[in-house]
Amino acid sequence: MKEVIKRVAADPLGLMGLCLVTFMVLSAILASLIAPYNPIALNIMDRLQGPSWSHLLGTDQLGRDLFSRVLYGGQVALKVALVSTGVSITIGTVLGMIAGFGPRWFDGIIMLFFDTIRSFPTVMFALATVALVGPSLSTVIIVIIVTQIPTYGRVVRTQTLTIKSSEFIKAEIVMGASTFRILFVHILPNVVGPLLILASMDIPTVIALEAGLSFLGMGVKPPTPSWGSILNDGYTLIRNTPWPIIAGSIPLVLVTLGFTFLGESLRDQLDPKLRKSL
Amino acid sequence: MSTVLEIENLRVRFRIQSSLMAMLNKNKDPYIDAVRQVSFKIEEGQTFTLVGESGSGKSTLAYAVAGLLPVADGSIMFNGDDVTKMNHKDLMDYRKQVSMMWQNPVGSLSPRMSVGGLITEAYKIHGLKDRDRKMEASRLLEMVGLPKHFSERYPHQLSGGQARRVGVARALALSPKLIIADEPTAGLDVSIQGEILNLLNKLQDDLGVSMFVITHNLNVVRHISDRTAIMYLGRFAEQGSTDDIFANPRHPYTLALLSANPEPDPEVIIKDRIELKGEVPSLMNRPSGCEFHTRCPFAAKDCDTVFPPIETVGEAHHLTCHYPRELKGLGSSDGVFHDEYADQIN
Amino acid sequence: MSKVPTAGNILTIRDLSIEYTTDRGVLKAMRNVNLDIPKGSIVGVVGESGCGKSTLISSIIGLLASNASVSNGSIEFEKQDLLKLSQDDMRIIRGARLSIVFQDPMSTLNPVLSIGRQMTDIQYRDKKTTSEKRQRSIDMLTSVGIPDPESRLNQYPHEFSGGMQQRISIAMALQAEPSLLIADEPTTALDATLEVQIIHLLKELQSKMNCSILFISHHLGVIAELCDYVVVMYAGEVVEQGTTKDVFKNPTHPYTAKLLECDPASIAKKTRSLPTIPGEIPDLVSLPPGCVYKNRCDKAMEVCDSKTPSWTEFKGGHFVRCHLVEEV
Repeated sequence: MKEVIKRVAADPLGLMGLCLVTFMVLSAILASLIAPYNPIALNIMDRLQGPSWSHLLGTDQLGRDLFSRVLYGGQVALKVALVSTGVSITIGTVLGMIAGFGPRWFDGIIMLFFDTIRSFPTVMFALATVALVGPSLSTVIIVIIVTQIPTYGRVVRTQTLTIKSSEFIKAEIVMGASTFRILFVHILPNVVGPLLILASMDIPTVIALEAGLSFLGMGVKPPTPSWGSILNDGYTLIRNTPWPIIAGSIPLVLVTLGFTFLGESLRDQLDPKLRKSL
Repeated sequence: MSTVLEIENLRVRFRIQSSLMAMLNKNKDPYIDAVRQVSFKIEEGQTFTLVGESGSGKSTLAYAVAGLLPVADGSIMFNGDDVTKMNHKDLMDYRKQVSMMWQNPVGSLSPRMSVGGLITEAYKIHGLKDRDRKMEASRLLEMVGLPKHFSERYPHQLSGGQARRVGVARALALSPKLIIADEPTAGLDVSIQGEILNLLNKLQDDLGVSMFVITHNLNVVRHISDRTAIMYLGRFAEQGSTDDIFANPRHPYTLALLSANPEPDPEVIIKDRIELKGEVPSLMNRPSGCEFHTRCPFAAKDCDTVFPPIETVGEAHHLTCHYPRELKGLGSSDGVFHDEYADQIN
Repeated sequence: MSKVPTAGNILTIRDLSIEYTTDRGVLKAMRNVNLDIPKGSIVGVVGESGCGKSTLISSIIGLLASNASVSNGSIEFEKQDLLKLSQDDMRIIRGARLSIVFQDPMSTLNPVLSIGRQMTDIQYRDKKTTSEKRQRSIDMLTSVGIPDPESRLNQYPHEFSGGMQQRISIAMALQAEPSLLIADEPTTALDATLEVQIIHLLKELQSKMNCSILFISHHLGVIAELCDYVVVMYAGEVVEQGTTKDVFKNPTHPYTAKLLECDPASIAKKTRSLPTIPGEIPDLVSLPPGCVYKNRCDKAMEVCDSKTPSWTEFKGGHFVRCHLVEEV
């Protein structure tokens, strides 16, 4: 694992990705230390100002400092990204492994489940969930988790199917290894590689999803800052000033670029090695 | 000498069509027999070798004995118990006493586990917590002639020969009574093939373990095997002590295999080489009568209509053939099928 | 330098050295290789893993990896140095003057095209009508022993057995009547009885077409039966070359002698302790000075540690690279 990180850092693309991601994560975590203003503090006198030395990204319609709001918004994004990716990977992996390794009929059921989820347009699914549970960050996270499970599940299932017929798995069966052992000691470590790549490419999608849902008013409730809500506010003000939209877009662009570079570099580093070591 | 393994009339089938397709195609029996009517015994401390070409069913038979495949008919008796009817507990016990060495030396080792972990994994699986895994790993590595530090290596860091030895070490972990070896010399350079074979022989002499070897390499058979069976289309064409099979091969297929084995001597002219016509028939279209008749250069009356019964032609030497051959003066005690008139050099 | 007259050769390799650039350093995959293929003959190449066979083949057909570089030497074929030709020029030669059959027939055959389609496609150089090309394909399939070729032209590779696929690969390789056919372990993946059929087939076709064959294999028995000449390779060098009779009956290089000893087919008496060659080939990145075989040689002398032996003609047409011979 450490070797992989070293190789990624040696690759210029990977290094850029690592730096961007680290920068965004740190700025979110240290928001309370870095942010010059309270993100929900109103200051109507200074509303709709452009960028200046006192307000790096300007202010929104209620005079709130956009830079501080963006920094705190990063916390929301981070929470959503980590929690939803973590949970969906776990559930997806378990289901994928069981689908790949278990009896055919079980595989059929799980695939049906995955395909059903995937056939739902995300926005519709979100609307339905909001109607049931009410708009909040938790709603957003639940929606994202459910829609992401098939993404990881399918990859794990395919990998499991491939590995299932390998000679080393036959060897384990003949030695008497239990199904649990085979799944978690022998199959899981060999499917993790592609998952990492997938996750890092997926995180920007997840964050954008949160932004989109919040933009539609289904996510975080005001006045909590989230990149999506900043974009939402900026959208209504687009004729007055472009700065709120720009302020909300910048972090999304940076985080997308960062994770995408990281993911691509990881894939380049893991793929040929994967072939060699498998 | 006691019998370790006794196989009686074994049949292993594979389904080739789903029930729906079978119904639609009016196929009452949507199965193929990969192994049919196979019977043999393996004694303690002996090596029994199964020789066959691709499609002969030899790997299927090995997997069935290893408990990887269900059996449609017949029995596999180990220590008085039928493996095909064992419950989970007895099967786990069986797995402690019968281990396997695989054809693909590196591919049969779990890629993310260290060598030490791999060869002692059996202890973990069978709950033998009192064993010191590190010590056992060193002991096993020493037994197969590998240095102790190999314990920390990973499968992709091993050469073919080294990986094979690790496979042997793993098979020995629980001191089994029987080791199944699937093509132990496949992929090995000629100059190191001997190393593995010598190792297996030595271990057998030291530990008294029985071996069930599967191979298509006749040259290897002669040096490690006590009894040999020749397999064709899932059946035993001929079976007997290795010395007998090489000195007095009776079945035309055996003769063909032996004569297809060129010696590295350009002056030897194989005068009576038996060249088989055509190719191995598909298991879905088994020939009538004697299944070998479509390729047999000596096929005669009855061969295409009547299936030959199992005949005994020598001491524990069985075969299925209507017209068993006699090698008049051409068989030789050195076990190599060649013509004695050597000096016809170009 | 070899003293074999090259006029009668279809392929002459002189002093060929090829290196690969790897992250561990420069890997000297082939060093000062000499190889002669006389016209109309079958030359066998024997060697184990790491001997340089793959590099040799790649260099002849002009498909060396991107990290390979030729540091020295020439490959003369039909009055041209193949190493000096551009990829475009090589493309004209490949498949027409020079062709190759691989160990795995599915390396040659495209699984999604029918056999007939593939066999007519490769005749793109000929100005013939489609039906003429089809007929030629049928004739080739007949000559390699495929029963009922006309009806099988529309079938796909997977509908044929392994042995038949290999026959089809051979048919495709010989279709354009090349001067040289390279066969890279063509029978290694086949059963013994099929191997015999293929060897028989190659012998027949070779004498009919009078092409030359470069036959790579580690199966000594097959080489003894099929080949007129044999070349023994070890760790990137040719250590011995001569007629099959000379090399097998009178193996001069200790490696050749040991290799023949180790082949289980040559061991007359049944034994529980087979001979082997202890040790491993040296690291080709950090090659120690002297003879490359010295660390495994049972006849190694002091001079072997410091000096690389030269290519010596020990007897007419029988060459060896060993100090034992030089001493004489």
